[in-house]
Amino acid sequence: MSDATTTDPGDAVPHTDTVLPDPVSGVSYEEPSDTGTERGLLIETSEGAQELFPRDRTAPDELRREAGAVLRLPEGVVVNADDIDVEQTDDETMIINMGPQHPSTHGVLRLMMELDGETVLRTKPIIGYLHTGMEKTAEELTYVQGSTNVTRMDYLSPLHNELVLSLAVEALLGIEMPARSDWIRMLLVELNRMSSHLMWMATNGMDHASTSMMIYGFREREMILAFFEKTTGLRMNHNFIRPGGTAADLPDGWEDDVSIICDTVLPRLDEYDELLTGQPVFRQRSEGIGNLSAEEALALSLTGPLLRSTGVAWDLRRTMPYLRYDEVEFDVIVGTFGDNFDRYSIRLNEIRESIRIVRQVIEKMPAGDYRVQDKKVTPPPRGRIDESMEALIHHFKVFTEGFKVPEGEVYVAIESPRGELGCYLVSDGGPKPYRMHIRGPSFVNLQGMPVMMRGGLLADAVVVCSSIDPVMGEVDR
Amino acid sequence: MTITADDGTSDAPASGGSTVRRPRGDAQELLFPAREQYLEVVGNLHDEGFETCADLCAVDYLTHPGRRLPEGVVPQRFEVVVNLLSLSQVRRVRIRVQVPADDPVLATLFDVYPGTEAMEREAYDLVGVVFEGHPDMTRILLPEDWEGHPLRKDYGVGRVPVQFKGAPGPR
Repeated sequence: MSDATTTDPGDAVPHTDTVLPDPVSGVSYEEPSDTGTERGLLIETSEGAQELFPRDRTAPDELRREAGAVLRLPEGVVVNADDIDVEQTDDETMIINMGPQHPSTHGVLRLMMELDGETVLRTKPIIGYLHTGMEKTAEELTYVQGSTNVTRMDYLSPLHNELVLSLAVEALLGIEMPARSDWIRMLLVELNRMSSHLMWMATNGMDHASTSMMIYGFREREMILAFFEKTTGLRMNHNFIRPGGTAADLPDGWEDDVSIICDTVLPRLDEYDELLTGQPVFRQRSEGIGNLSAEEALALSLTGPLLRSTGVAWDLRRTMPYLRYDEVEFDVIVGTFGDNFDRYSIRLNEIRESIRIVRQVIEKMPAGDYRVQDKKVTPPPRGRIDESMEALIHHFKVFTEGFKVPEGEVYVAIESPRGELGCYLVSDGGPKPYRMHIRGPSFVNLQGMPVMMRGGLLADAVVVCSSIDPVMGEVDR
Repeated sequence: MTITADDGTSDAPASGGSTVRRPRGDAQELLFPAREQYLEVVGNLHDEGFETCADLCAVDYLTHPGRRLPEGVVPQRFEVVVNLLSLSQVRRVRIRVQVPADDPVLATLFDVYPGTEAMEREAYDLVGVVFEGHPDMTRILLPEDWEGHPLRKDYGVGRVPVQFKGAPGPR
């Protein structure tokens, strides 16, 4: 029996007392010397004979990974290896897959769930089915083209994506934005928040088996999308908010259009109250389901309605104002219990607050430029191209080569309907981002799912998933 | 050695001589801890009231080695960027750690901020920085059998065939 403690796996010879390092963590564990007698576990498989160690010989690190991380435990902490009962068989629990084609996972999300009867024990969200390498694509597109790319990430709130990229580019450029462009952006972004929350109300209603709510939610959202189409030319994926301002000014008569939207949606929210909020079946299915504590939410980096539902009044529009949010009045809606009903109420009331903001924007909208008058950033208007050679050159340069952004890096975050939407942008001084990283709120918020589902019923899993409001386009990017 | 630096962008001259309107409470504080001290620095910040880790990502500086760094920081190929957020102090701090190319390993923040679990997996998946001690250091967005790390700068766009098994690719 030697006391060799080599750390190279290649030197680990069987039948000697060696310390095998775990290939991932590098943590070594002792392999007993009398392996010859115990190693009789030859199992015939389709791939031939497989030699298996008994279960109690699994390395602690491996065991911990199996029990606590692959299927995450609610506390979000690593399990103590001593606490894992190696004798317990897996016969009593069952692991089932939900998705990626399941209609109520809101996209191509796959959930691996461990069930004890009908009770969900551990869950692991498996993502990546919609990964299209948008961060890599962003490195190949100029800053002018960049917003066409990011707008496709969170397809329910495309204007927020465009806004966060534009704010990041503008922070690196160090340009002062004209007031009107800020207010136009705020108007559009708040309308987008309304449409996103209405869409959530619709799908959440459907997950609660209320198909009427689904139809109502889509009906109201359609009004907002119609306004977006009138303003930007597209119902979704607008590419309207661009670095340096917006693509165009608001259309004539926009005040009336927006007022009609506000006047229509606001009373209909009261109808939702009648339909869902006070309804006993809905309350029983949402109260006390998917509970989350403030500590858990903060530890798991959850933001948005998930964090606010636990009672933490954190809304970037209020706490770290961007655009002109410090010049409008609105309330940050906060929950108490961190359950599904709180998250429902928060989103419902955030539509009301958005209407409040939109009405203030109509009143306060200043006159002026809708984009910054910087020849290097903003293409000249069409009329100028015919009469000025310089304008033609600038126009050509902006659209072929793009504009150069000073070297540097910046992190900008805004409050999207789902939480903190961040953009980390690195520029090497060229016309394309050196690195663009989007901190997608859905991506991070999905980590809360194992916590919220633990101990709940399988039937509630669908509702919990809905109350996180993940948009897979943003999760997978 | 931890080096604190002012945000490089804040002193950039604004075009037109006007002042830049910065989001309030969003001043960009930067820290450059050495790789060995990274975990300790983050742990101290956590105790100081940075309750949540907003973001974690990795950057490959292969084709942009001459970036601006404060004196004393030796530039390496990889950089892991961590954005911490303090709700109580309404403050953000950004930590940039240099990670060498020949040994792209960094300690995990999982024990301090469990919310970094998915973010570190993403950084590993796309850039190839291994986070030591992470409970589940596997690919998260790409298929398990994917080769390479796409957000590395030497990973060309279109170089790897689309994954349809059996289809003839350019390689």
